[in-house]
Amino acid sequence: MIALTDSLLDVIDLSCKRDQRSLFEGLTHTFCPGDIVQIEGPNGSGKTSLLRILTGVCSDYQGDILWRGQSFFTDRLDYLNHLLYLGHLPGVKKSLTPRENLHWCSGMNSGHLQIPILDALEEVGLAGFEDTPCHHLSAGQLRRVALARLYLTPTPVWILDEPFTAIDKSGVGKLETLLCEHAAGGGCVIMTTHQELALEGVDKINLRDYQPKLVQWQQEEWGIDV
Amino acid sequence: MSNTKFYLPAPSAAAGFVAMLKRDLLLSYRHKGELANPLIFFLMVVTMVPLGISPDPQFLASLAPGMIWVVALLASLLSMDVLFRSDFDDGSLEQLLISPQPLYFMVLAKVLAHWMVTGLPLTLAAPLLGVMLALPEGGYMPLCLTLLIGTASLSLIGAVGAALTVALRKGGLLLSLIIMPLYIPILIFGASAVSNAIDGFAIMGQLAVLGAFAAVAIVLAPIAAAGALRVAING
Repeated sequence: MIALTDSLLDVIDLSCKRDQRSLFEGLTHTFCPGDIVQIEGPNGSGKTSLLRILTGVCSDYQGDILWRGQSFFTDRLDYLNHLLYLGHLPGVKKSLTPRENLHWCSGMNSGHLQIPILDALEEVGLAGFEDTPCHHLSAGQLRRVALARLYLTPTPVWILDEPFTAIDKSGVGKLETLLCEHAAGGGCVIMTTHQELALEGVDKINLRDYQPKLVQWQQEEWGIDV
Repeated sequence: MSNTKFYLPAPSAAAGFVAMLKRDLLLSYRHKGELANPLIFFLMVVTMVPLGISPDPQFLASLAPGMIWVVALLASLLSMDVLFRSDFDDGSLEQLLISPQPLYFMVLAKVLAHWMVTGLPLTLAAPLLGVMLALPEGGYMPLCLTLLIGTASLSLIGAVGAALTVALRKGGLLLSLIIMPLYIPILIFGASAVSNAIDGFAIMGQLAVLGAFAAVAIVLAPIAAAGALRVAING
């Protein structure tokens, strides 16, 4: 086992198979404080699968994942306590208001709130919508309710799956600034997005580089554009 | 760069439990229609029994304990399907699984909330329905008592089935098939306790068995449901 004291998350020789098809193989990377890592790859290349593996939700993988130099399973709850994951689905209850939704989230994380919930909602541009049931909100606003958690919790590891979906331009700009601040403060961001990021110093992991040879050969043979 | 500032204290399970319970109760309150569904079903069936079978009080009295228990069981089954479904659909189940909380208590909180809005109202409505079915006087107390303990077990066992079928688009029938056999012992002991009480026999034995079911279910069912949820999300 490699014990890198300064790293947050180490991924060692990770492979993932889905329905007999190998998505990626031999992925090794160290996520350190201050990193912003963008996972790239065409649709179906396993970006979401990789993120779900990193959250521990999905266990269909081979290889090791280390949290602060120790296996991910030794102190699972400690890892989860330091993790914020926003997936494809926003995880927002439509019949609750934004405030009630965030109350639940902070309750689950035992309420280590950095700023009050109302301030977080103001930050994401939902001031005045605190008590509007979420089914009256637009898709972008729903996303923003989920994104408000980025302001609330002080967790170092952020795993974001397409965080910019349905977010307008100014929202994207603001989010990019937030990600930069988080990284500068010693956090780590792992994300997927199809948008061009206006950020500097973003590491990129292209899952195409980790595709097994056979698949690449097949793709060339069958003329699939990747 | 040092990351010592990022050692966050472990969250308290009690706070998580309360947050989960509160949210689910609030959600049930917002969906009042769904909330009333099992209760209305319960009321309707019991109202129709005298109309459909016989209004003779003596006949109804012999039917009442079993009838009320069967309908309560079916009403509870009817409401089980939605326990994890909406959480699964909107992604909050995923958030629940990666929250830094023991999943056992989270499932327990969800089941408790579910019981408070289905099993408890059924128990409270049961005496009224007893009157409609001409339940003899000695049967009311045992009926409430057995339903109180029994519906808690029903909710707990149902949660396992609901968790197993949550990832299936049409899991309704499968859910019934999975949990129906597990419901049967509770029905047998619950209904027989009430009819024994009416006939003037002791019912401590049946109550003890029902209590034992509830105790085992409270320990094991959330573990099984939590495991099933992990599998469902994994897929």
